[in-house]
Amino acid sequence: MKVLVPVKRVIDYNVKPRVKMDGTGVDLANVKMSMNPFDEIAVEEAIRLREKGAATEIVAVSVGPQKAQETLRTALAMGADRAILVMTDDEVEPLAVAKILKAIADEEAPGLVILGKQAIDDDSNQTGQMLAALLGWGQGTFASKVEVTGDAVAVTREVDGGLETVSLKLPAIVTTDLRLNEPRYASLPNIMKAKSKPLLQKTPADYGVETTPRLKTLKVVEPAKRSAGIKVAGVDELVAKLKALGVAA
Amino acid sequence: MSVLVWVEHEAGAVKDATLSTVTAASQLGDVHLLVAGAGVGSVAEAAAKIAGVAKVVVLDDAAFEHALPENVAPAIVAMMADHDAFVAPATSNGKNIAPRVAALLDVMQISDILSVEGPDTFTRPIYAGNAIATVQSADSKKVITVRGTAFEKAAREGGSGVIEAATGSDAGLSSFVGAEIAKSERPELTSAKIIVSGGRALASAEQFHEVIDPLADKLGAGVGASRAAVDAGYAPNDYQVGQTGKIVAPEVYVAVGISGAIQHLAGMKDSKTIIAINKDEDAPIFQVADIGLVGDLFKIVPELTGKL
Repeated sequence: MKVLVPVKRVIDYNVKPRVKMDGTGVDLANVKMSMNPFDEIAVEEAIRLREKGAATEIVAVSVGPQKAQETLRTALAMGADRAILVMTDDEVEPLAVAKILKAIADEEAPGLVILGKQAIDDDSNQTGQMLAALLGWGQGTFASKVEVTGDAVAVTREVDGGLETVSLKLPAIVTTDLRLNEPRYASLPNIMKAKSKPLLQKTPADYGVETTPRLKTLKVVEPAKRSAGIKVAGVDELVAKLKALGVAA
Repeated sequence: MSVLVWVEHEAGAVKDATLSTVTAASQLGDVHLLVAGAGVGSVAEAAAKIAGVAKVVVLDDAAFEHALPENVAPAIVAMMADHDAFVAPATSNGKNIAPRVAALLDVMQISDILSVEGPDTFTRPIYAGNAIATVQSADSKKVITVRGTAFEKAAREGGSGVIEAATGSDAGLSSFVGAEIAKSERPELTSAKIIVSGGRALASAEQFHEVIDPLADKLGAGVGASRAAVDAGYAPNDYQVGQTGKIVAPEVYVAVGISGAIQHLAGMKDSKTIIAINKDEDAPIFQVADIGLVGDLFKIVPELTGKL
């Protein structure tokens, strides 16, 4: 079974994003970029499926600028077998990404597509579900456990009240939540080896996908700031404050 | 304009997340509710009474019992012939279903809106709430998820919607296997008036419960946790408050031993009053706290619990 793993190059999760002065977006110039953390979990899960014998080949895909190559090389260094970069300098919305991935899935015929549940830049949480809709496949979103048996996959999902397990017919879509696994670090020999793994370059036009955005960003601002309040000296003062708030008798 | 709203329900009752979603939807047009499930007659009746509701569409069939998106989304798409927008709360169900509907309609979804600025214009958080974007949709139909804490709850009484039955089928792609839903006597996090949350400073699962639970019980509060505490195994994941967990906005949020990482603040900074207890006086949590107390939580919290 082939596994397709889409990955996105985003601002590193340790960097505090700064809103541009002109209100057009977030300043990404000279900012450290990395693989979206949920996508790292997706790559790791694919590798574990291969280690268990459930997967045979892992293909990493990214839709983004030339520099997204680095993100794909990271996936290759972790253990993906080959990569496809769909090159574009435009911002591509989840719907258009899903359309490109659908075209790639039609060509590659994977048994599973594993994606991060959301990217930490636009926080949309849409691409996996949209891809499932376009392919007409089942979807196991926000996964904390994935088990492939025969022609089905059981996905345990993080839901509001706890956990839920669904069984999906293969091929299917899985989106990852944080507790699914802890991604490995790529070793130096594997980073070197990744440099010679195949990386195919494509464009959205190759897949006949129009990427014009449907949502226009009118402005981006910083959220309203909370100002620091007061410090109390001890428990008695805190009890008095709680009583004043009406939360304690 | 008519708006179809996904009703989040559990054990025969309409959940609060639905009520704030109704408020957001009413700013767009006439509100029609969709109740999907098996044996949901009483939910539909309760839904019809929500203030401002014109119509309740009911999908009552075993295929919809667990809100599997493979079955629900095509049924919603069929209803969208008569609606201009589909609006769902940004709950795990809403986030699971809405994008599937959007893609089938060839619409770009607007996730997690904080406000309705116009018929096609909304604000939404990006970068874990470190920035707020105003976006305008060019799609003729809208698919939207709503952040519950950003809208007032519609009243549960006062409406008299017409109840109408709809049909759909099992797509045969997925099946429900089981669930482990945490049972708790405490209020649910997303609707609790008071929340007591613990962080990594609690240092073990035993101490987390020994310190946090009695205070929460005393205050009638829900219990939350930071991602660090969840990752360390001190608290289960459904306690998690933050960008990657639940977004909460209670009247009072008590952060115990939580340093205040960006990702945690993203989940609770809209709380009305934030109280922080932490031994590090430079912890970022104090920059957003209304009331701070610097000191050893293992001394302070039991003393506080005793004095309340």
